[in-house]
Amino acid sequence: MLDWLKSVVDFISTPSISLTLILLMFPFVFPPTAWFETWHRRLGLHNLWTNRGGLVMFSVITLIFVWGFTDVNFSKILGKPDNVPIMILIYSVFFFLWLAMKSAYENDAHIAAGEPVQEYYPPEDKVLVWPDLVYIELIALILMMVFLLVWSIGLPAPLEEPANPSLSPNPAKAPWYFLGLQEMLVYFDPWLAGVVFPSLIIVGLMAIPYLDSDRKGSGYYSFAGRRTAVFVFLFGWLVLWVFLIVVGTFFRGPNWNFFGPFEEWSVTKVVPLININLSEYVWVKLLRVGLPANPLVRESVGIIMLVLYFGLTPVMLARGKLRPLLDKLGSIRYSLIIFLALAMVLLPIKMYLRWTLNLHYIISIPEAFFNI
Amino acid sequence: MSEKPIPRAALNTPQDELSPAESVKRKGFISWLVVGWVAFASATGTFLAMIVRFLFPNVLFEPPQSFKIGFPDDFQIGVVDERFKALRGIWVIRDSEGIYVLSTVCTHLGCTPNWLRTEGKFKCPCHGSGFRKSGINFEGPAPRPLERYRIVLAENGQIIVDKSIKFQQEKGQWSHPEAFLKV
Ligand code: FES
Repeated sequence: MLDWLKSVVDFISTPSISLTLILLMFPFVFPPTAWFETWHRRLGLHNLWTNRGGLVMFSVITLIFVWGFTDVNFSKILGKPDNVPIMILIYSVFFFLWLAMKSAYENDAHIAAGEPVQEYYPPEDKVLVWPDLVYIELIALILMMVFLLVWSIGLPAPLEEPANPSLSPNPAKAPWYFLGLQEMLVYFDPWLAGVVFPSLIIVGLMAIPYLDSDRKGSGYYSFAGRRTAVFVFLFGWLVLWVFLIVVGTFFRGPNWNFFGPFEEWSVTKVVPLININLSEYVWVKLLRVGLPANPLVRESVGIIMLVLYFGLTPVMLARGKLRPLLDKLGSIRYSLIIFLALAMVLLPIKMYLRWTLNLHYIISIPEAFFNI
Repeated sequence: MSEKPIPRAALNTPQDELSPAESVKRKGFISWLVVGWVAFASATGTFLAMIVRFLFPNVLFEPPQSFKIGFPDDFQIGVVDERFKALRGIWVIRDSEGIYVLSTVCTHLGCTPNWLRTEGKFKCPCHGSGFRKSGINFEGPAPRPLERYRIVLAENGQIIVDKSIKFQQEKGQWSHPEAFLKV
């Protein structure tokens, strides 16, 4: 029975399946539109953000970990000192998500009833920075130090042999907080996944307050007023960052192959992954003429597709559903937001193309170090 | 709620103005400022120059870039020779026509791939790039094939490998006569 369940979990963990499930569930858990909101309520998902819902989520995560520790293979991953931060990450992400969503839902109810939100204090009721706030910070600081000290003594960081440039550990994993980036590197050229995308993430996050000047929800938790914005942000954070860290930690094994968490990390697991560039698909497989010699002609299909993706989608969206957004933000802010969103969505698109079509690169000009 | 002390800043006491005798003369102050900034800038500049100098060591304890690896008959046909991987960072491969030398640096982000004999491929442990025995990339994210190094025969019949000259397939350099040693 349990073995059967383990193979089910292994099967579901295959990223093409687990990501699809998550993407399907996501809009129902964090409804971005009124339509999803009705289904969110109908399915009872709003109960996640209550005390009972929090308890259920906590128990499920703990149960998975406990189950994992009883398994030979899963416990090897969970027991690594490197992976303790990831377990803490999973707990804390869920906890703070739950806390924020719970407060947001309570506030939404208050607002709907015409009452002030929980964070509201009458202006004359103030707390002083010194001593009230500084004391709290001091105590938090000391507790954190104690925690880190006990952790580092109780669970020493593994010291391995001196680095050897001719021998990369197999699998070679980045520090836990970079595993999402490492997963990204599987699908993109290093200059994109290692330089352009991280800078876009950082710059994009910094730009949010300038691009999105809606004051609704500032200073207090709320979901109903900002559902689409919260949905987009949580999609980037939970799916494209936290989920990819989980994939990198639990589902990537030797030779960077996918493994289920209960699967044995066998070095000899063979996964044929013969990748083909878009240009080869078009010129060789479809048109049955050879690859053109000129790289620009060769990659023209991919270039046109990307230009259309980044150029035409914003226009079409502005004509259609996103017209109110354009009117509200003006064309510059609108195009910046859409560009960032499209760049973000490019990652799952490329992942799916790799998984389903074995697509290597959409544009591949190795002569000029330019591959997308 | 209990009463809270009122912060002093809120009491709005007027600040005492400085008497002219206490303040530094404006002209003198500016010239001190200039001296200070010049000193600061030159100290920072010197430190920066020292750091840059630090990147160029006087002596480099590196194995020479060009070296001998033995006679052609030391290498079996169809075998990927891994003896030189650790020290020199190369694989020596002999096929039915000759010998070529592959770099052990993955063309994706520079990890060192492993030769998987049973599968007949080089596989990178970092993001899963795979290369055929010839060095051609066929799976994973690596955008181009492994690089080959110059290989020639010395007068005494030994093979010389020169890592300072490399040949890249995507630039059409593999057909260069020194990228491949016919035996
Ligand atoms: S460094 Fe080899 S696959 Fe990324």
